[in-house]
Formats: sequence, structure tokens, C-alpha cells
Amino acid sequence: MLSLRNLRKRFGGLAVTDDVSLDVEPGEIHAVIGPNGAGKTTLINEISGVLAPDSGSILFEGRDVTSLPLHRRARLGLARSFQITSVIPAFTALENTALAVQAGVGSSFRFFRAAASESRLNGPAMEALSQVGLGARAHIPAGAMSHGEKRQLELAIALATQPRLLLLDEPLAGAGPEETERLIGILKGLRGRYTIVLVEHDMQAVFAMADRISVLVYGRVIATGVPDTIRGNAEVRAAYLGEDDLPLAAGTH
Amino acid sequence: MTTQLLLIQGLNGLQLGILLFLIAAGLTLVFGVMDFINLAHGVQYMIGAYLAAWIAAATGSFWVALVLALPLALALGLLLEFLVFRHLYDRDHLQQVLATFGVILVVNQGVKWLFGAAPLQVPTPELLTGGIRLMEGLLYPTYRIAIIAGGLAVAGLLWWLVERTKVGMLVRAGATNAPMVAALGVDIRRLFMIVFGFGAMLAGFAGVLAAPILSVEPGMGDNLLILAFVVIVIGGIGSVRGAFLAALLVGLVETLGRSLMPDLMRLFLSASDARQVGAALASMLVYIAMAAILAFRPAGLFPVRTS
Amino acid sequence: MDRLRSDLTAIAVLAALAAAPFVGFGEGYVLTLLARAMILAMAAVALSLLVGGAGLVSMGHAAMLGFGAYAVVILDAARIVDAAIVLPVAVLAAAGFALLTGAIAIRTSGVHFIMITLAFGQMAFFTASSLAGYGGDDGYTLYARSEVAGTRLLEDRLTFHFVCVAALAATWLLCRMLLESRFGRVLRASKGNPLRAQALGFDPYPYRLVAYVIAGGIGGASGFLFANATEFVAPAYFSWQRSGELLFMVILGGLAGLHGALIGALGFVLLEEWLSHQWEHWRIVFGVLLILAVLYLPNGLSGIPGQVAGALRKGDRRG
Repeated sequence: MLSLRNLRKRFGGLAVTDDVSLDVEPGEIHAVIGPNGAGKTTLINEISGVLAPDSGSILFEGRDVTSLPLHRRARLGLARSFQITSVIPAFTALENTALAVQAGVGSSFRFFRAAASESRLNGPAMEALSQVGLGARAHIPAGAMSHGEKRQLELAIALATQPRLLLLDEPLAGAGPEETERLIGILKGLRGRYTIVLVEHDMQAVFAMADRISVLVYGRVIATGVPDTIRGNAEVRAAYLGEDDLPLAAGTH
Repeated sequence: MTTQLLLIQGLNGLQLGILLFLIAAGLTLVFGVMDFINLAHGVQYMIGAYLAAWIAAATGSFWVALVLALPLALALGLLLEFLVFRHLYDRDHLQQVLATFGVILVVNQGVKWLFGAAPLQVPTPELLTGGIRLMEGLLYPTYRIAIIAGGLAVAGLLWWLVERTKVGMLVRAGATNAPMVAALGVDIRRLFMIVFGFGAMLAGFAGVLAAPILSVEPGMGDNLLILAFVVIVIGGIGSVRGAFLAALLVGLVETLGRSLMPDLMRLFLSASDARQVGAALASMLVYIAMAAILAFRPAGLFPVRTS
Repeated sequence: MDRLRSDLTAIAVLAALAAAPFVGFGEGYVLTLLARAMILAMAAVALSLLVGGAGLVSMGHAAMLGFGAYAVVILDAARIVDAAIVLPVAVLAAAGFALLTGAIAIRTSGVHFIMITLAFGQMAFFTASSLAGYGGDDGYTLYARSEVAGTRLLEDRLTFHFVCVAALAATWLLCRMLLESRFGRVLRASKGNPLRAQALGFDPYPYRLVAYVIAGGIGGASGFLFANATEFVAPAYFSWQRSGELLFMVILGGLAGLHGALIGALGFVLLEEWLSHQWEHWRIVFGVLLILAVLYLPNGLSGIPGQVAGALRKGDRRG
């Protein structure tokens, strides 16, 4: 589905992506974890096209997309959410989502018909909003929503593009305990229907959701495997030494 | 086209470039350090010229006018900063454009009110009248040579200030990353004031220099301001070095274009057509050059901003 | 709700303009003034599409009017006065200039965009000044207004008034429709959050460029009307100061909706006219008012009701 081949990126003297190779299988939830500063967001940025790697290549469904800009990759079905909520504040939730639908349905060089009354756009948009539990909040401006709701909206936007691959950059960031639980429920509901690359800080959530996990430390992948393997990996334990949030004992959930 | 004419036009271009640099230097620093776009910067140039005309008429001496006009231009610049500009630093560029546009209306009209709409003449200082023989059959006005020399001297001084002094270091750092300089505990507002006042004085100086050779009239700074904008866009916003090179480039292209284009067109067109097409092309030349440079280097020749 | 209020305000203003000749504003002098206001309002509405809709702050919009007006001049000199030819040429000339300069300017953003549009506007200005065959700096007097279907329809003041009202209404409707369409949605999204728009697969560039060209074409149409209204065209009408004035009309009215540009343009022209009868040096007062408007009316004239309501609410809470 997605293959990273020997990806490298340096900021000044610092290697933030250091020879990363990674394969994401169709239908899996593949989590990327790592301590702060491990280069997780940089990696997502390289995959989605916000940043260009210095060397290496990115294959999406067998096609080399390394030099394609952000909007071209999005057209191929790479949808991403942003760590810092990135909705359009002046638009309602529905309009934010309908814009995402619009990206996938026909041309946007249509000048005369009011987009807000196109059921072709609003139908799928409402569906995506319902999937994330925002059906009743469709007509609220995104700027007026709570933080948790914006995270949900972010997810709905990504879903509405009918992506082939979802890149989720810390979808739980900044959400309260209740919101987190709701978001995890939503994400679990997506399993099997979408291929997802998930960068997330919340270890409990990652180990509960992910099919496979890759551990990134100082820009390098030190381990990839199913949650149980990662739990038992000595190198991973060393990297997380002193951090309490790695659920080392099996069955914490 | 003779060599003499080419040389004269080259010198004229150089002189226009110098004046442009004196205006653009302040503009680019003010923008670079304060992220403030000041349409009213051309007004400072006009103020300088009017002060020179007024004082020269009152005292009969260009030199007294030169000495007195500079601090007065500085004072008026700081007054405008206090009354209007400092309330705009936190606003977006659109609001800065509009408010400073309002300042242009006020000052242009104010000058008309005080001095009348008719152009004022400033006599060339006696010491610098006459011409210098540059070569056989080529006499070039001494005063214009003096402008070039004076402008180059000020450019040198500016280079020294920006590159070699502590304030200059702060200015350069501010142009690259203003929040960082503020975080270091530098009083950024004071730095702003210094830069602003200095820019106003430089533009005023350009106005004083130009007063004896151009007509001193309301709105005289407006068209030069646009050329100064072209200069700082080409040079890279915030870069004094870029502004210097771009100013000379723009001055030369503008002047040589106007004199050479019609002749060049005569190679293809009849005389009267050549004059018209040549003149039209010449007036576009600077902007075409700008477009060409930006097509390859969107941030100008010497980009300063890190982000 | 806001959209409804914006629409109703715009319709009310347009209706008032249409009714003006019948309620005591039918004198020649008043109609001339209103025609001027409406023609500039047309250009301002198009500019509002750029600034408010696409986030493109153009300081060169007057050049679009200039292209339209000079198309009339150049065809007039060749004795071509049929509006069916002159108007399309005016629109296409301005749109073509917008396409050429926009293709370069839109690659930049922020202050660069402001300065580059300013510079291109100035380029057009100087080019017009150098057209010695068409009066150069001094301008050019038309032989006659454009003919419609072989008749001198536009010569009649009242008819011309309604042509202007219709043109302004059509401009408003067109821009409004554009903003609400799929195209306009992408445009507004790219202004609100360009990274988000790109992540969805939209490259903002072609959308912005098309908007710039459309606004240019509308500018050309208003330039056509401008030339016909004054029957005299000079470069000075299309200087960068005029661009600044147009931008000011948009901001003075407020960016919350297209109705802002309508109110701003009418308010601007009428205030200018009134002030100019009070004092020879009225521009001093005018300039000060503009500065104060920028400093104290962040949402423009059409935002005043909201601002007053906000202040009252604050006062209530305090009291």
C-alpha cells in the first residue's frame, strides 16, 4: 500500500529522518510511536508531501510519489489530519466536510450553482459527520467548536475525501479523557475499512488500536511489529526507560 | 547613438539609482525589521525637498538648508510615527497600506495648502554650478556628479552602520527574525523608532539632493515610491545590499530604456511608430525586468527572511 | 443569517439607486455623481471578490478600469463605437492584462503581492501616458458615447443611469454567485487555510488566477462605462492612487460580504463630493477620516451596527 525506502531528512546538523524504510499493508492500522523529538511529525509531513525528504523514495500503491506536491498526493487518495487542528474556521462543519467531498467529486471549476445546496456534496458530507458523531453539529461554524469537536471534524474531513490511506497526526492531541474515549471508539470503527497510518502519543490508545507498531527514535525505526512483539522488545524498553506511559505488561487493556 | 550620449544617460541612470537607493534603504529596513509596509515613505522624500526649498528661500543658502532639513525631516518622520504608524505595527498589511495611503493624502494636500500647487525652484548651490569635462565634448553638470558622490558616501556609511555597529547587528537580526530579537530583551519599540527615524532622514536627504534638479511639487514622492517598491522587491525585502544593487539596476534600466528604446525600435518601425512604441516599451521595461527576476527568484535577489 | 442580511442590504442599496431619479435626485448633476459612484462600485465589488473572497489584496485594480477605458479610446479613434464590439473588447483587454500579470503576481503572496500588483498597475499607467497618439498625459476626448444597436441610447442621462444600475446589480449577482459556487468555496477555503485546502487536493493557484481574471474583466466593463460617463479618458484616472481608493472603498464598507463594497464605494464617493464643497483643501480632512476609519472601524461601515451593539453589551455588563 505504502512503502518508504531509505528516507532521509536533516534539519541543519540534526537527522530527523534517518534511513527510514517502512511498509504499510492494506487495511491495517499502522501506528508510529516514539519519544518526543523522534521525528514522527516530520515523517508524516514527508509522506503527505508537506516536506520533501533529502533522499529516499515514497511509493504509494506502487507509484513513486516522492516528488509530487501535497495537493497531487491528496488527489491520489492520501488524506491527512493535522496535529494542530487545521479546519477552516469561517466554514460550518458541514461546509468543511463538503469541501472535502468536493475534492473527490468532479470539477471544482463550477461557477454558477450554489455549492451549499448540492446534495451530491452534502449527502456524503453528512454521512462522514455522522460517522464521527457530529451529525447534530453540522451547521455550527468550525471556529466556534470545542477542541474535541474540532478533532472529530478533522477526522470527518479526512474520511470525506474517501481516502485510500489515512494519515492521522496525533488525532487525540489535547483531547480530554471523555473525548479521547469517544475518538478511540470512532477510530476503532474505521478498522478494516481504511488503511491508517497513525502517529500518536497516547500509548494506551495505540496499543489498544494498532495492528502493527513502528518505533521511531532519533529519526530511526528501531522496531516494527505487532503490539505484543513491541512490548517485549528490549531496545524499545530502553528507549522508553524512565517513561511511565509504555504499557509494558500485556493486557493492560 | 554616440558614446557621449550613452555615457551621459548612464550617469543620469546612476544618479536616479542613488536617489532610489536612499529612499528604498529606509523602506526595506522598515519593512524588514517591523514587517510594516509604509506607502507614505515617499512623503518623507517630498518633505525633505520642501524643507530644502523653504529654508533655502529664507536663508539664501543651500548648505544651511541641507544642514537644517535633515533634523527637521527626522523630527517630522518621528512625529508621523508617533501619531499614526506606531498604531499600525500590529495590524495586517492591508490596514497598513490603507492608513499610510491616508497619510499621503493628508501630507500632499497639506503641502499644497502651505506652499501652493505650483512647483518651487531651488537654485543649485554656487559651489557646484557649472559642469565637469568628462571627455572631449562632454560636459556633465557638477551638481549631478555631487549627488552621485554624496549618495555613494551615504551608502557607504549605511553599510558601515548596518554591518559594523551594534545597532546595525540588531537591525539585521531583526530583519531576519524579529520575535527572536525581542526575546533577547532588546527594546524592540525603540529599535523600531531608530530604524524608522533613520529611514525617514535618508528619504529626506534624497529629497534635499533632488530639490535643485527636479521640480519641488506636491505628490513628487508618489511615483518614486513605486519605483522604490520595485527596488526592494527585486533586491529582496530587508536587504540593504539588495536594495543598493537593485536601485542602480532600476535607475539604469529606466533611464537608458527611455533614451535607447525609441532608437532601437527604429530598426523595425517607421520613425513616428518607433517613437510611440519605444516610449511605451521603455516605460514597461523596469516592470518587465522585475517580473523576469521574480519568475526565477520569487523572494528577490538577496532574500533575507529565514521563514 | 449573515448572508441573508448581506443580500438584503445589497438589494436595498440597489433598489434605492434605481428609485433615486424618481424621488428628487433626477438632476443632471446628481445623476452624473451617482453614475460615477456606481461605476466605481462595480470595480469595488469585483475587488471585494478578490480581497474578501480570495485574500488577494490587489493595489493595481485601477489598471483594469484603465484597460477598459483605453479600449474605448482606441476603438473610438478608429471610429468603432458599436457597444457590441467595444464592450467585449474592453472586458477582454482587461482580463487579458489580468491573466498576464496575475500569472506572475499570484505566485507570490502577502506584501509581495501588494507591491507587484502596484508595480504592474503603474506599468499600465505609464504605458497609457506614453500613448502620444491618444493624448498621452493630457488624455483623450471621445467623439461620442458608444452606440447600442446603432442608436445613441447611452446619450440619455436617465437611460445611462439605469444602465449603470443594471450593470452594478449584474456585477453583484455574478460575484455573489461565484463566491457561493464550488469554485468560490475552494477560493474561500484557500484564503481561510491554504494548507488545509492543499491537503484536500486543491492547488490554490488556478482558482486564484481565474478569480483575478474575472475581477479584471469586470474592471474592464466598469472602465467601459467610465469612459462613456465622462466622455474623456486620461491616465490620471487610473493611477495607483485610484487603486488605493478602490481598495479603500472595499475596506471602508467592510469585508464581511459583497454589500460592504457597495456601501463603501457609495459612501466614499458621496463623502468626497460633499467634503470637496466645504473646503478647498478637503483632502486633509478626508485623509484623516480614512486613517481614523482604519484605526477604529475594523469591520468597516457595515460593521458599525455590530460594533455599537458590542459596546452596549459591554456597557450593560459593566453597569
